[in-house]
Amino acid sequence: MSAAAVEVRGVSRDFTVGDSSIRVLHDITVAIQSGELTYLVGESGSGKTTLISIIAGILYPSAGSVRVFDTPIYDLPDNGLVDFRLANIGFIFQQYNLLPTLTAAENAAIPLIAAGMARGEAVDEAHAMLDRLNIAGQADKFPRQLSGGQQQRVAIARALVHRPRLIVCDEPTAALDAKSGRRVMDLLREVALAADRAVIIVTHDNRIFDLADRILAMEDGRITHDGRDPAVLHQQEPA
Amino acid sequence: MNWVAIRMLTGDRVKFYGLVFGIAFSTLLISQQLTLFVNLIFRGGVAVEEVATADVWVMDPATRTSDVIYPMPITALDRVRGVPGVDFASPMLRSNATIRTTEGDLEGVTVIGVDDSALIGLPRRMAEGTPDRLMDPDAVFIDDTGARKLFGDAGEAIGTQLELNDRRALVKGIVDSIPTFTAQVTLYTRYSNALAYVPGTRNRLSFVLVRGDGSLDAEALAARITAQTGLKARTSKQFAQDGVDFIVETTGIPINFGITVALGVIVGVAIVGLTLSLFLRDNIKQFGALKAIGVTNRKITAMVTTQSLLVTFIGFGLGLAMATLFIGLGAENSDAFKGFYTLWEIPLITLGLVLAIVGLTSRFAMRSVLNTEPASVFR
Repeated sequence: MSAAAVEVRGVSRDFTVGDSSIRVLHDITVAIQSGELTYLVGESGSGKTTLISIIAGILYPSAGSVRVFDTPIYDLPDNGLVDFRLANIGFIFQQYNLLPTLTAAENAAIPLIAAGMARGEAVDEAHAMLDRLNIAGQADKFPRQLSGGQQQRVAIARALVHRPRLIVCDEPTAALDAKSGRRVMDLLREVALAADRAVIIVTHDNRIFDLADRILAMEDGRITHDGRDPAVLHQQEPA
Repeated sequence: MNWVAIRMLTGDRVKFYGLVFGIAFSTLLISQQLTLFVNLIFRGGVAVEEVATADVWVMDPATRTSDVIYPMPITALDRVRGVPGVDFASPMLRSNATIRTTEGDLEGVTVIGVDDSALIGLPRRMAEGTPDRLMDPDAVFIDDTGARKLFGDAGEAIGTQLELNDRRALVKGIVDSIPTFTAQVTLYTRYSNALAYVPGTRNRLSFVLVRGDGSLDAEALAARITAQTGLKARTSKQFAQDGVDFIVETTGIPINFGITVALGVIVGVAIVGLTLSLFLRDNIKQFGALKAIGVTNRKITAMVTTQSLLVTFIGFGLGLAMATLFIGLGAENSDAFKGFYTLWEIPLITLGLVLAIVGLTSRFAMRSVLNTEPASVFR
């Protein structure tokens, strides 16, 4: 097995609602390996989105520590954490969150532009990534001109274009039909996964459970299953 | 990322045009009203500025402006002439009268009597005729705006006979001058004629116009005249400013124009603030995604600032062009705006106000973006 890409130790997270505090994550400890496609599954409210947000460095834990590729990310200063995300983490959002006024290639180039690369060079790199994802022909189209599957591929291209070592995906197939969903997952496995790279996917979608290397099931803010147990896979229902 | 910011903004055409329109409208309102205000109050000093031949205006101490006059005895002229440093001193009479036109209409006019021989006191430009025609018997010149007001076509005024205080006055020339604040028809004639045209009082001399011999500057000469004669002496520049100050102090014009300028600012804040807020709120998810990806708040601030500055300069340019066109066309085609121009300070003041509008509104609108948690994109 490869070295741990992500190490979560004793992580808890509380949210304040009115005068009361609600604990949504309870003392989570887990390691995620490079070279694995890891699913984080569970019912709505189980804490999986909170956990992936903490792993991705966009939500501070109330307690515990997170190391991503050996970097204790929450010990970094605020701007250091932002820079770390930009260099090391790729995001794929459920709603894609593409900028509607930029073309597919320009959208995909955003992480490179944000990192300071010249626009022309960044867009060229994005074109190459779109080519790998088989939508080079749509590179100059705007998001509104693309199907849901095509938009998802652009979002994947944006997540991968700067070659991050950790990819986090939030329900990447939720808005797609079964066939498109599997195609997206095949693409992710083919393009995103590598020996030095980890992919974590939050999903409800049991149609794609069979594509996971590892499944972490969550319930009430705790990891209740870690493995690839078919029984767990079939217990999960779409939301 | 500034390029991304500009593409985000210009791609949303409705809001982009809304922002540009809001700023352009505010710019138009502010700069046009400021220009009208400044040019209007400048008319308080125009009667003084039109007389190029006087360095110093001497008057009774009670006189405040070229229109608010307390006449002096004619002996004041000789007292001024006796002051060392005075090269020449000429009498000027300014008074109100009523004329009867050939159609029998009555019209209030300002009669200005200038030096009989040197004609000192006439405005610097003639629209029709030459200054020497004022030497003709019963000759008067009329200002071009007044000629158009009385006769429609200014050219028809020449040779027209008017009745002034039961006396005949013949229009022999048209003066090219900027109307005064009161915009009353102005007739110029020789001092001796003017004495007959306006109803008599014991003292008739309104001003003594002085030219220095070069041994003193105008301010020093004015001070010397005051010291030696007990009369009030003001340099041309000071006396023109007195006229402006009088209007500012005694009329409600600054308040009225100030209200309109304030409305321009309020309308700008409302339109720009609302549109910018809507634009940023519509893109809040995208900004959240950018923050999650690794765009710092500082870069987000720079993006919003770029967007704000872009619409500011486009809107400001359009608004200023419209205001300048409005003033330019007005000055060319309407006597009400004759001589109006856009002072160089007005675009700067307007730009400052517009930047304040955009700065204020974008600062408020940006708060929602800066406060957006990157984690919100996963919800």
